[in-house]
Amino acid sequence: MAAQPSSNGYLVGSNLERVLRAGHFAVTAELGPPQSADGDVIRKKAALLKGCCDAVNITDNQTAIVRMSSIGAGAIVVQEGLEPVIQMTCRDRNRLAIQSDLLGAYALGMRNVLCLSGDHQSFGNHPSAKNVFDLDSIQLVQMVAAMRDAKVFQCGEPFKGQEPRFFVGAAAAPFAAPVEFRPYRLAKKVKAGANFIQTQLIYDIPAFKAFMEKVRQMGLHEQVYILAGVGPLKSPAMARYMKDSVPGLWVPDEFIERMEAAGAPWADIPKDQLSKEDKKARADAWKQEGICICIELIQQVREIEGVAGVHIMAIEWEEAVRPIVEGAGLLPRPDVSAAPAQEAHHD
Amino acid sequence: MIVAEQKSLDEMKSLIGEAQKVLVVGCGTCVTVCFAGGAREAAIVAASLRMATRLDGNAKAVTDVTVQRQCEWEYLDEIAEQVRAADVVLSLGCGIGVQAIAEHFPQAWVVPGLNTGFLGLPTEQGIWAERCAACGDCLLGRTGGICPIARCSKSLLNGPCGGSEGGHCEVNPDIPCAWQLIYDRLNSLGKLDLLLEIQPPKNWKAARDGGPRKIVREDLRLRAEEE
Repeated sequence: MAAQPSSNGYLVGSNLERVLRAGHFAVTAELGPPQSADGDVIRKKAALLKGCCDAVNITDNQTAIVRMSSIGAGAIVVQEGLEPVIQMTCRDRNRLAIQSDLLGAYALGMRNVLCLSGDHQSFGNHPSAKNVFDLDSIQLVQMVAAMRDAKVFQCGEPFKGQEPRFFVGAAAAPFAAPVEFRPYRLAKKVKAGANFIQTQLIYDIPAFKAFMEKVRQMGLHEQVYILAGVGPLKSPAMARYMKDSVPGLWVPDEFIERMEAAGAPWADIPKDQLSKEDKKARADAWKQEGICICIELIQQVREIEGVAGVHIMAIEWEEAVRPIVEGAGLLPRPDVSAAPAQEAHHD
Repeated sequence: MIVAEQKSLDEMKSLIGEAQKVLVVGCGTCVTVCFAGGAREAAIVAASLRMATRLDGNAKAVTDVTVQRQCEWEYLDEIAEQVRAADVVLSLGCGIGVQAIAEHFPQAWVVPGLNTGFLGLPTEQGIWAERCAACGDCLLGRTGGICPIARCSKSLLNGPCGGSEGGHCEVNPDIPCAWQLIYDRLNSLGKLDLLLEIQPPKNWKAARDGGPRKIVREDLRLRAEEE
């Protein structure tokens, strides 16, 4: 079914949709809810991100570790004047629970959803849990788009009143196996109704360029807004872990070497003789270099045709987002609250 | 076949409890082929229990018998006398066999000697792998004869998630990525276009999610006068 714009010309009119439709290079960031019921954690993180991104992704029990719900945290984010992108996984809810949660999220003012399969529960803190996976991410995209455009529940019954209207997002993992199938899987997500895509972390620019070339050949960049995933490295160990242990993540040696070089002044001091101050100074030097690399990555992905923005994943390090966005020359963020939809370059 | 493996001797002993006369019942079908509960295994388990209980200072009378199929009444009728004489029946059948004995012999106390694993096949000597989840609505015709329900950790229907790497599933490097296998097979057969169709949400009613299942074949049922 074709996506039908609402009366103001936007599908949804979320800030993220307006920024993208106006042709601005979009910036989203990630906000991880706490492993507690403390809403102040969300407020503090929201304050760090306010003004430096167009929307913030609220993760949904990421890495299968129980945290405050994305919709609960999203409601606080709305109160704080930021726009959330609610992450919704298929791991913990069947089609009934997902739809019911989305009705609630819409009623609470949320307008963007990122549809994900979800990390397998064996990686989290409840590995003995039963998983759901009633739907997969592509079926979820289809369902959320149909809730908005056909105004029906997944079973085909119409809503009794206001339909939930979400700007529908999906993920792409350009470097997961089989790599040659990945652009086609992205095409399936577009066909299912995705409006925007946020990719897995990109460090290997040449490989991402090759992926985007295929995406352009298939014309996908004209049907969906693609936000390249980037994130600051925190230490050489983190860089090596990502390279060696995280599927679908390619980290070139060059970045590992740069992270090691940043810590070189402390490299000759035996581990047990490193003072607390030394360790802090070394961590700061690593973080500085990580932010530097991230800024360079943003500048490089920005040059690739078909990349509509970046999604910054500074995991449990929301403080890094502002210096990254500022360093990349992407501040201030555009005010598109009054932008007419007619200027849209898509559709 | 149904693939199962034996519980530990300690667990079997604790399941038997205070019973003195123990009947170990093997099964001649699936669990024979997967070396978990056939005639040979039943004899070894019975001998092990005799030895272990003697060493514990409470020697039990343990005998064994194996039927062709624990999951059919007519084969169970053959051991009715032995079951009646036993204080406890230790079934080395799959979960179906244990329940068939309980259902067929209302007076018998029956305990399981196996953990029933899955529907699968031996991939090489000594290794069995899951192949079918008995979902009740076979989709193998769309996936090149490789089942993503049984073999993808997330049972995804529309292709591999981001956790596929080097042919393996991120959940465990011992698990081949079902979607890599499907991709490679359809690729080699020139049928990759099958993967481009969006597969709709599955009807899980035909699976266990629809409640306990039953198949009724009217054409095979005995009419009242024939029974």
